Amino acid sequence: MIEEVETKDAIKTQEYFVNMGPQHPSTHGVLRLMLELDGEIIKKVTPHIGYIHRSIEKMSEKDSYRQIVHLTDRMDYLSNHMNNEAVCLLVENALEVEVSDRVKVIRTIMSELTRLSSHQLWWGVMGMDLGALTTFLYAFRDREMINDIFEETCGARLTVNYNVPGGVMFDIHPNFQQRVKDFIKSFKTKLPEYDDLLSNNVIFRQRTEGVGILSKEDAISYGVTGPTGRASGFSNDTRKHKPYSAYDRVEFKEILMDKGDTFSRYKARILEMWESVSIIEQLIDNIPEGDIQEPSVKQVIKLPKGEFYQSVETARGELGVYVVSDGQKSPYRLKFRSPGFSNLFVLDHMVRGYKIADLVAMMSTIDLVIPDIDR
Amino acid sequence: MNAITSYFKDIFHAIKTLLTGMRVTGYYFSHARKEIITQQYPENRDTLKMFDRFRGIVTLTHDENNEHACTGCSACEIACPNGTIEIISDREEDPETGKKKKIIDKFIYHYSMCTLCNLCIISCPTDAIKMDPSFEYATFDRKDLTMILNKPGSKIRKDVK
Ligand code: SF4
Ligand code: SF4
Repeated sequence: MIEEVETKDAIKTQEYFVNMGPQHPSTHGVLRLMLELDGEIIKKVTPHIGYIHRSIEKMSEKDSYRQIVHLTDRMDYLSNHMNNEAVCLLVENALEVEVSDRVKVIRTIMSELTRLSSHQLWWGVMGMDLGALTTFLYAFRDREMINDIFEETCGARLTVNYNVPGGVMFDIHPNFQQRVKDFIKSFKTKLPEYDDLLSNNVIFRQRTEGVGILSKEDAISYGVTGPTGRASGFSNDTRKHKPYSAYDRVEFKEILMDKGDTFSRYKARILEMWESVSIIEQLIDNIPEGDIQEPSVKQVIKLPKGEFYQSVETARGELGVYVVSDGQKSPYRLKFRSPGFSNLFVLDHMVRGYKIADLVAMMSTIDLVIPDIDR
Repeated sequence: MNAITSYFKDIFHAIKTLLTGMRVTGYYFSHARKEIITQQYPENRDTLKMFDRFRGIVTLTHDENNEHACTGCSACEIACPNGTIEIISDREEDPETGKKKKIIDKFIYHYSMCTLCNLCIISCPTDAIKMDPSFEYATFDRKDLTMILNKPGSKIRKDVK
C-alpha cells in the first residue's frame, strides 16, 4: 500500500499509517482508527471495532424479555432510558397492550432528561477534545442534577433499568416533579453560558465552521441519523415520524440545519437541548394518574410467533430493535440497529483531505459511544 | 484598506468572544462560595446520605428475632439474569402440623456477578430481600464478594406463607 507521492514542491514524502486508539482520549472509548496519512493530511480512515464486544444480542437469545431490558442499559449508556424503552415498547406492541397515560408521560420525561444529560456530556467532551477543559467541568455540574433525579426515582445513575415491559419499575418519587422543575429553572439560565463559553468562541468557530461537510444525499445513503444527520438537512426524527409514548401530544420542532459542517452538528445539539427543555416543561405539570404497570403483562412473557420491529430516537439517532420470535420466552433472534454504527462509518467519507486535528473535531460532533457500536 | 479594516475587526471580535467566555469563568471565580457543588468525599462520610432507592447491594432483611421472610421459592433465582443468586433449600418438619416444609439452607449471593438490576427484588413474593443503599464494597480478594445472606441460626418468620 505504501507508495510515494509527489507534492507540489516536488519534495517526496511517503504515505504512512498511524493507529489512533484503541486507548486514545478523543476516541471516547476503545475505538481504533487506522489513519493513512500524507504528512498531516488524512488520506483514508479505517475504523476497527470490536474491542468492547460483549455479545449482547446473543445473550438476549437466552434471556427472558424482562431480563433483556437491563442489558440495553449497557449499550449506549448515555441513552439508557431510550434503550430500555425500545425493548419495552416492542414487547408491548407485540402483546398488543397499551400502557397507561401516566407511564407514557413518565417515560417521555425520563427520555428527554436522558437526552439532555447525554448532550451535556457531549458538549463538555467536545470542548475538551478541542483543548478547552473548562467546558467539561461546567457540563458535569449541570449533569449532576439530572443524575440526582435518576438516582432518587430509579435507584441508579447510569444503568437505571427503570422501564419494564408494561410500565415502569417504580412510581416517580414524591420529590420528582419539584426536582425536575428546579433543574429546568436553573438549566435555562445555564444554557446561554454554553454559548458564551464555547459556541461563540473564535477559536472554536474557526476550527469547526466549514469543516467536515456531509451532504444530505450522503447522510441518507450512509443511514446517518440523529442530530448528525439532521445537521445535513435529513429529516429523520423518529419522535416526529413515528411518534411513540407521549411525543404525539407535545409540541416541539425537529431541528434541521442545511450546511452539514462540524459547526451545524454542534449547533443542532445545542438547539435540541432547548427543545428537550420545552418538552419537559409541557409535561411535568400534568402527569396524569394511572397504573404504573399494566396488569395484563404476565411475569413470564411469551411473544407470539413472528417478527417485530420498534425504533426510538436516542440521543444519537434511531435505535431499532428487531425481534424474531418463535413463541418461546426468549427471542429466537434479536438485532439492534444502533445509530452509532452507521454514524461512525461516514467518518472516512467526511474526513479525507483534512488534518488530524479536524478529525478529532468531526469525531466529537458525531458523538460516538463505542459500547453502542460494538454491543 | 478593506483588508486592513477586516484584519483589525477580526482581532477585536476575537478578543470580545474570548472575554465573553472569561466573564463566565470570572463570575464563578468570584461567586465560588455560592455555587460550589462538589463534596469532600471521604471526609463527609458521616453526613453523606444516599437516596432511599439507591441500589447498593442485595440484602435479606432480618428482624430483631433473627427471622427473615424468605420461603426458598427461588423466584429471585429465576428472575436474575446473571446467575447471581443461588438458593440451597432444605426440608424441615413443621412441629405443629407435622408436614414437611421447604426452608432455605443457604442464600448464596455472588456480588461480583450482580448488575444491581433490581429484578430479583420486584419478583420476590414475600418482600424478603431488598436493596441496601450502602456502598464501598471494594475488596482485595474476590472470594469476599460471595456472601451468604441468611444469618446463622436465622429462621423464617411465622406469619410468612
Ligand atoms: S428471597 Fe423471595 S423470591 Fe427469593 S427465594 Fe426467598 S422468598 Fe423466594
Ligand atoms: S440485582 Fe439483578 S443481578 Fe443482582 S441479584 Fe438481583 S436480579 Fe441478579
